[in-house]
Amino acid sequence: MKMTHLAAGIAATLIAAGPTLADTLHFPNLSYRTGPFAAGGIAFADGYADYFTLINERDGGIGGVPIRYSECETAYNTERGVECYQSVRNDNPLVLQPLSTGITYQLIPRTMEDGIPMHTMGYGRTSAVNGEVFNWTFNYPANYWDGASVIINYLLDENDGSLDGKKIALVYHNSAYGREPIPTLTRLSERYGYELLTIGVDSPGQEQGSQWLQIRRERPDYVVMWGWGVMNPTAIQEAANIRFPMENFIGVWWSGSQQDVLPVGAGAHGYKALAMHGTGTDYPIYEDLQRYVIEPGKYAGTGDEVGTVLYSRGMYAAMLAVEAAKKAQEIHGVAAITPAMMRDGMANLEITEELMVELGLPNFGPAFSVACENHGGSGAAMIQQWDANAREWNLITDWIEPDRELIMEMAMEDSLAFAAENAITPACLN
Amino acid sequence: MLYREAGDFKTSYTADSQTFPIRFDRYGYYFLLGFAFLVVPLIINDYWANAIVVPFLIYTIAALGLNILIGYCGQLSLGTGAFMAVGAYGSYKLMTAFPDLNIVFVIIASGVVTAGVGVLFGLPSLRIKGFYLAVATLAAQFFLIWLFTRQPWFYNYSPTGMISAPQREVFGVAVTGPRASAVAMYMICLCFLISLAWLARNLTRGTLGRQWMAIRDMDIAAEIIGVNPLMAKLTAFAVSSFFIGISGALLFTVYLGAAEAGEAFGIDKSFLVLFMVIIGGLGSIFGAFAGAAFLIVGPVMLKLLLVNTLGWPTDLAAHLEIMIIGALIIVFLILEPHGIAALWRTIKEKLRLWPFPY
Repeated sequence: MKMTHLAAGIAATLIAAGPTLADTLHFPNLSYRTGPFAAGGIAFADGYADYFTLINERDGGIGGVPIRYSECETAYNTERGVECYQSVRNDNPLVLQPLSTGITYQLIPRTMEDGIPMHTMGYGRTSAVNGEVFNWTFNYPANYWDGASVIINYLLDENDGSLDGKKIALVYHNSAYGREPIPTLTRLSERYGYELLTIGVDSPGQEQGSQWLQIRRERPDYVVMWGWGVMNPTAIQEAANIRFPMENFIGVWWSGSQQDVLPVGAGAHGYKALAMHGTGTDYPIYEDLQRYVIEPGKYAGTGDEVGTVLYSRGMYAAMLAVEAAKKAQEIHGVAAITPAMMRDGMANLEITEELMVELGLPNFGPAFSVACENHGGSGAAMIQQWDANAREWNLITDWIEPDRELIMEMAMEDSLAFAAENAITPACLN
Repeated sequence: MLYREAGDFKTSYTADSQTFPIRFDRYGYYFLLGFAFLVVPLIINDYWANAIVVPFLIYTIAALGLNILIGYCGQLSLGTGAFMAVGAYGSYKLMTAFPDLNIVFVIIASGVVTAGVGVLFGLPSLRIKGFYLAVATLAAQFFLIWLFTRQPWFYNYSPTGMISAPQREVFGVAVTGPRASAVAMYMICLCFLISLAWLARNLTRGTLGRQWMAIRDMDIAAEIIGVNPLMAKLTAFAVSSFFIGISGALLFTVYLGAAEAGEAFGIDKSFLVLFMVIIGGLGSIFGAFAGAAFLIVGPVMLKLLLVNTLGWPTDLAAHLEIMIIGALIIVFLILEPHGIAALWRTIKEKLRLWPFPY
């Protein structure tokens, strides 16, 4: 015990020595560059960091106030996530982006209490779309239930409007993340008459032999996957091994990056995944990125992720954060915004097609607007397909709308149950 | 000179067999207790409580529990993570089923539930030993986690399978949920730790502890002198699981607030607590404290040093952290195979003789 106190003393001096800069906008990132989910985490974190660097280098910050970007390594582990949250929460974090559904669930009550906005883009708790209950949590532009619904709508389209008698298997990461789409897919199966088969894969997901044996036995017409990290390439490899037709294998947007298909090689040809935004380097913004970030060597990580799907997603997340900060500055008329002001900016965010063109990202993401009743944006997504020969993802559909009516109905049920459990009176903050 | 033992006479057997027979040690212990109860609550901040001290206290309870089983009774177990999960899910079910029940009783009750489950999975220990028993407890690890992730009753049919702790109060002060203050969390964990450490110390030097140690040293000989192996082994499993269950309940309710079995209580947690026991020192109460401090506080200190002070990239720091902690474990086990507790004993012997080493 004596050793502990000695160490405590040393560390107390270390913490006290850390500088706090008041005249910057602090964007922390609870990233993970280690562990079984690092393949996805690194690309996202690089994209997130590079966009902030670009804004600092090109525009001198947001509204003249420079951005301070910090990272805290969570390794996708919830205990580390708590530690990281504690280390940033008193440092004026404008928005948290934990990139983990498990950490999101832990942080939702804490951020509500501490008044720190959290953006869970395409992950996290789906029912956070109800901003009257989840005042501080945002999950625009799309969430898991949207994703599940978009996949079903796409399959309906493929099958001339009927999925009657079809068998759809859901291969999911056996965690809060992977289990999220089950209620939606179950509800939709009642409506459209397909049979749903749920097959869980335990984290991290390197062992999937028995799951794919089950798929081979059950012969589903389609396999839908909610996978992340090392689970994705393993599943695609297993699917290739049992010669499952790849065009009938659809992953969520977290299972559709280069890291997931490249290890499988030619076997992954034809694999499909959801896309919540465009990908590749064919956008005007990359000229600026090249000039201000990559050529001067100011890129995050090793710089080899530029243009991949998850890099684009990190960049998109940072772009939405910067736009929300601009909106907050506009609403409150101050440049050095606080987390509470940032929340107002996020709650009134409006992304139009003209704005996307102006930012150098034409047709990259959907146009949407956020309101207190809807923290979830539009929910639309596209389908992309992997071309193993050209080694690139091709978008094969336009934006597909989800069944928002059903999703909002389910989200209302879930969020009101949360409100009742935690004695929250649903109300808008502004 | 540090230890002045002159004039420190014992006039009764009670005085002679007390936990800290040396006066200097005893005062040090009182001082530490006073410091922990009176000074730390005044100076502790949120980061310190949440990131370092509270997990340290909670894992120390788990290490104490496993130390009873492995260090005192010699029964190898790899099911610690699962038993912590039993404590966590037990407290969740109790909290949601009886919202008015005080959280202290909820946590103790989840310890009792875990003790029952521990006895059940301890039954094979009557027939199998050593590594084979470790494999049997490994089965507990996988079975229980499967149960908690696949049986919706355990997580109250929540769509994601996450369990989250509602707010609960002790004497009107919130100790769980997001409104709980750092001091409240620290105090409840400290109270549990001190009372359980006191219990462990007194159990291990009483009849029960001696029976456990007899079984550990040679079970056939123990049986011949009249120790009932059934009772001894199962009580060790029960007491150990009780401790581990309480630690799991505290980890979930006070520290994490939300958890899922596979992620928070996986096999790596079993190994983490096992390493704490081995590095701290088998069969030593102090060892549990030292081991938990080494493996919980050490990595955070390293992170603070490398990232916050030296400004290194987080991924490099995370990798280095694994390497440094791993290297330290090897160095420790080579230099002192009996753990930090044995090292401390050696230091103490030297201090008692210093400055005249002979």
